Amino acid sequence: MSLGEIIRESQVWKSIFRHPMPTDRRNRIVVMLTNFFLHLHPVSIKKQGIALSYTWCMGGVTFFLFLVETVTGVLLMFYYRPTLEWAYNDILALRDVLSLGILRELHRWGAHAMVITTWLHMYRVFLTGSYKPPREFNWVVGVILLLLTLLLSFTGYLLPWDQLAIWAITVGSNMARATPILGHEGPGQQLLTVGGIDMITNASDARFGLLGARFVGEETLNRFYILHCIAIPLVVALLLAIHFWRVRKDGGISGPL
Amino acid sequence: MHGSHADYLRDVSGFLGGYFLAIALMNAVYAFTMWRVKSRPMAALVWTAVAVAMTGISAIAWGGSPPELAQPIKDYINWLTGPVIYSVGTTVALVVLFVFRKFFVNPVVAWIGLNLSLIFMGLSMTDSNFGAIVMKPDNVPIVGLVFLLGFFTWLATAKGVENDERIKRGLPPTEKLDDEKVLVWPDLVYTELICMLALTAFLLVWAICLQAPLEEPASSVKTPNPSKAPWYFLGLQEMLVYYDPWNAGVVLPSLIIFGLMAIPFIDFNKRGNGYYSIEERKFAYLTFQFGFLELWVTLIILGTFLRGPNWNIFGPFEYWDPHKVLALNNVDLSQIWWNDVMHQALPKAPPGASVLREVSYVLYREWLGIVLVLAYFLLLPPLMATTIFRTFFLKMGFMRYMIMANLLLFMLSLPIKMVLRWVFNLKYIIYIPEIFLNF
Repeated sequence: MSLGEIIRESQVWKSIFRHPMPTDRRNRIVVMLTNFFLHLHPVSIKKQGIALSYTWCMGGVTFFLFLVETVTGVLLMFYYRPTLEWAYNDILALRDVLSLGILRELHRWGAHAMVITTWLHMYRVFLTGSYKPPREFNWVVGVILLLLTLLLSFTGYLLPWDQLAIWAITVGSNMARATPILGHEGPGQQLLTVGGIDMITNASDARFGLLGARFVGEETLNRFYILHCIAIPLVVALLLAIHFWRVRKDGGISGPL
Repeated sequence: MHGSHADYLRDVSGFLGGYFLAIALMNAVYAFTMWRVKSRPMAALVWTAVAVAMTGISAIAWGGSPPELAQPIKDYINWLTGPVIYSVGTTVALVVLFVFRKFFVNPVVAWIGLNLSLIFMGLSMTDSNFGAIVMKPDNVPIVGLVFLLGFFTWLATAKGVENDERIKRGLPPTEKLDDEKVLVWPDLVYTELICMLALTAFLLVWAICLQAPLEEPASSVKTPNPSKAPWYFLGLQEMLVYYDPWNAGVVLPSLIIFGLMAIPFIDFNKRGNGYYSIEERKFAYLTFQFGFLELWVTLIILGTFLRGPNWNIFGPFEYWDPHKVLALNNVDLSQIWWNDVMHQALPKAPPGASVLREVSYVLYREWLGIVLVLAYFLLLPPLMATTIFRTFFLKMGFMRYMIMANLLLFMLSLPIKMVLRWVFNLKYIIYIPEIFLNF
């Protein structure tokens, strides 16, 4: 008996994989039904549904990049401290000192790539008319995921705490100042005046809510760190699960009727 | 200046040598497929010649003097990328690509186009101003985006054109031909595995070759010039030129998101579901392409590569001079009306007037703009419903039609405002700074 056979015949192996290797038709079907990670897929699929020229693989690539971002992000979190004192220095050390500093490059380029692949995925879904019934709701979920992808990237942009970071976030968040009614420089801001006292000031408006302060400072760094590492990823994970589940429930990948 | 240019050329010559060699390899592979797969020896010969030429250029570049664009060509391109020609030109280019799509989907035409754009990039990289912007680490992905979008737009159009022709002849779309079912293991799971491995390798190479940017430590007193949002928001930042922040930064982005979500509920066309097609859904196709490629992507490119200090527009080969002064003589519609047409000063409430009186003065001052904007949003939808969108209105019903019409009008208000700004220097149609309400 070869070593491979000994392993595959062992009780431990059989407790994990309850069927032989997927080398024949029956076991290729069984593996899709019994493996947790594979059961996202259907057992069989129309040939055109997996043609790269049709799907561009962009949804799958986006999901894979999300996983890359999660893994590299968690590893970076072991090292990086989101405080004014340490944030910049930790990134500096990642660049100059740490042997695995390349994690930051992987994380940043993966993030840029994820924004692009999300757009391309949406582009493909639109051009094949795949948002049409019965997939309307999943398109809506996809749009929310697209927005969250941009917000993930935006919140992460601040964390290196260099000039590029704070000014990009300052420019990006200045708009919130002008939110109608809820921004202190927005139209209709005067509507929320009670007894002659402005309710909407630069210390209580939409921008303040986003930044946690009147300007991009330590409170913002903390707020964006939590949003970037915990809050948004949790929502994204939930919506991804719904997105994938709905692909199956709405009849699998789209194709001509 | 000459010495520094020579230094710059020496710095990029290694990169350009590899770059042109990559183009040579790319064409060699293409020539090989022409010869062995397509059995077209003449074409193979032509592309082999291109590959050989590129290898030669690669060697010259490596030698330290890569070929450059002539200064008149650079000046001409700088002139082309002024705001008016850039925006009108990209729109015209998209229209040309669309109208003559049967020509452009020809693989040979596309291949020539790819070669030309890659060679243009290579020649342009010898310009230090161009190189400084394009090689900024965070801008590299946008160069990638441009090429990816070009490729995928070509691919989708090619498939759409093919399907349109098949449908015209009464045949099903090509996607229908592969109707047979295959098992996900091994056909799909192995594709996924290969994709993951290729992507991991690609990311690792990218991460090794290009260092993530890290500038000086953050300082809230040293404002960089220009201050730019992350690249994917630069389309929105560009809209700030034409709109107030409440509109460009809050209302329009919300409408983009809302409008995207509304697409499946607006589009009542049942055809074109699950396969590439253009003819079957022309209105939806054109609206989306205009919104995505023109109003979103070209504005990002403009904001990234052409907007320099003080948010002035610079050509791709122009030095980013922070002291470049452009005359800003923008006027508001109320100024044009009262000063130029009526030849009098803007109406102003007398000091100490009551709030009501002040409001009525403001309304009086801005009456033309208010009437125009109200007419645009309130009169145009019913007008379009009885004319160009008659069948749409009948099929969609009142609510869906109104949502579609208003989203469309909001979307079109951007190019309208851009044109008004450049042609008439018109800044605001309604200008009520008293309550931050400018439109």
